[in-house]
Amino acid sequence: MQLISLSFADLALAAIGVIALAVTTAMLRLGVARTLVVAAIRTAAQLCLVGLILEAVFAERAFVWIALIALTMLLLAGREAAARQTRRFTGGYGFAAGTISMFLSAFVTTVLTLVVVIRVEPWYTPQYAIPLLGMLLGNTMTGIALALDRLTQNAWREAAVIEARLALGATAGQAVADIRREAMRAGMIPMINAMAAAGIISLPGMMTGQILAGSPPWEAVKYQILIMFLIAAGTGFGTLSAVTLGARRLFDDRHRLRLERLRRARP
Amino acid sequence: MASTRPRLLLRGLSIGGIGPLDAAIAPGECLALSGPSGAGKTRLLRAIADLDPHGGECRLDDRPAGVFAAPAWRRAVAYLPAEPAWWADTPRDHLRTADAPAGHDRLAALDLETTMLDRPLTQLSSGQRQRLALLRLLDGQPQVLLLDEPTANLDADNIARVEALVADYCAERDAACVWVSHDPGQRRRVAHRQLALDGRGRVTACS
Repeated sequence: MQLISLSFADLALAAIGVIALAVTTAMLRLGVARTLVVAAIRTAAQLCLVGLILEAVFAERAFVWIALIALTMLLLAGREAAARQTRRFTGGYGFAAGTISMFLSAFVTTVLTLVVVIRVEPWYTPQYAIPLLGMLLGNTMTGIALALDRLTQNAWREAAVIEARLALGATAGQAVADIRREAMRAGMIPMINAMAAAGIISLPGMMTGQILAGSPPWEAVKYQILIMFLIAAGTGFGTLSAVTLGARRLFDDRHRLRLERLRRARP
Repeated sequence: MASTRPRLLLRGLSIGGIGPLDAAIAPGECLALSGPSGAGKTRLLRAIADLDPHGGECRLDDRPAGVFAAPAWRRAVAYLPAEPAWWADTPRDHLRTADAPAGHDRLAALDLETTMLDRPLTQLSSGQRQRLALLRLLDGQPQVLLLDEPTANLDADNIARVEALVADYCAERDAACVWVSHDPGQRRRVAHRQLALDGRGRVTACS
């Protein structure tokens, strides 16, 4: 099967649908028309920019550039995960906990996959490294953001229960165990659901893209399974790490609950 | 002489502008703490239990709090908040000695039924929960009791039962007690000595 290359005129045709929707919602006074148009323009601009960068990096294949892009992706993901918290850790701790966890899980999983599973030469070949890392970071970020949000919200809401256990001689770990467990589950459930639904309820985006771009379905399916497993491991371990770091930060060395280390984000 | 050594010694205890508080409480002794609302009685109890960062020093049997691991300190110096919180569904989940003879005796002493142990806590009255919280506290066999209005939701009969149970416990185990109460009559009944805070958290009266 030949890859049918899309022209800008083709994309402009596809944009007609979005414009029609914007006009309709404006007439219905739903108040989303403006945001819809801005979001559509952002999609086009951001993806074009990424496309240009990737074209350059793919042509160059220099390790420094790939490492720089990976680092930028990591920091942006860390910032995004921290920004999604209703109650944030003060002093950039939430950003640090999220970023370290994503580095440990997403980076390690990506490098291991490149070296052991795909065995591409050199292992940092950008066609493989960048998309893999992007998929992993995106999903790990969602898991970590959900889990940290659940952890801090519940610790705030159930401060009396935590302190009741501390006052009776529980360690910080025992006092926060239930809340920590619930936060870890909250971070992992979207990923577990996605694996259970894959292929039946949803055709995963990556697989769809590969098939559209001309890959045989069977090859696309194998890559999709690989990605799902990597996402599961990456998200899971990233969530465990972030929640562990976050739960530790809620207490000091005298096992006191220190909620003043959280501050409410402006809505 | 070992008998004159205080069970609990507070030296220059302060927290957020409240205090400083100096006190020595002997084994078996009860100190009442009073003061207007917001004077910082609860914060002082929390400081003694080391639940909040604070200034000054607390000693148990002449050993400073710092030599204890924090959980061990709180098992020995146990704080009962005015509004106790519960983490599981039924009282039994919170009581280790529910089925031991001592546990039965204490339930009976506070006029609580053993059948109550398996009912959801949400179905019990606030007075029942308050008495159960005291049992939960005594379960850990603390050497110091820090009681924050432990009879606020109770009728006269149950107030007398709680006062008697605490007095028995302290006498039996030579435990020390700090009892926060708004009721002057209760302070006279339960305490050997009294201490009052003014509205700005300073110690104004001792007797």
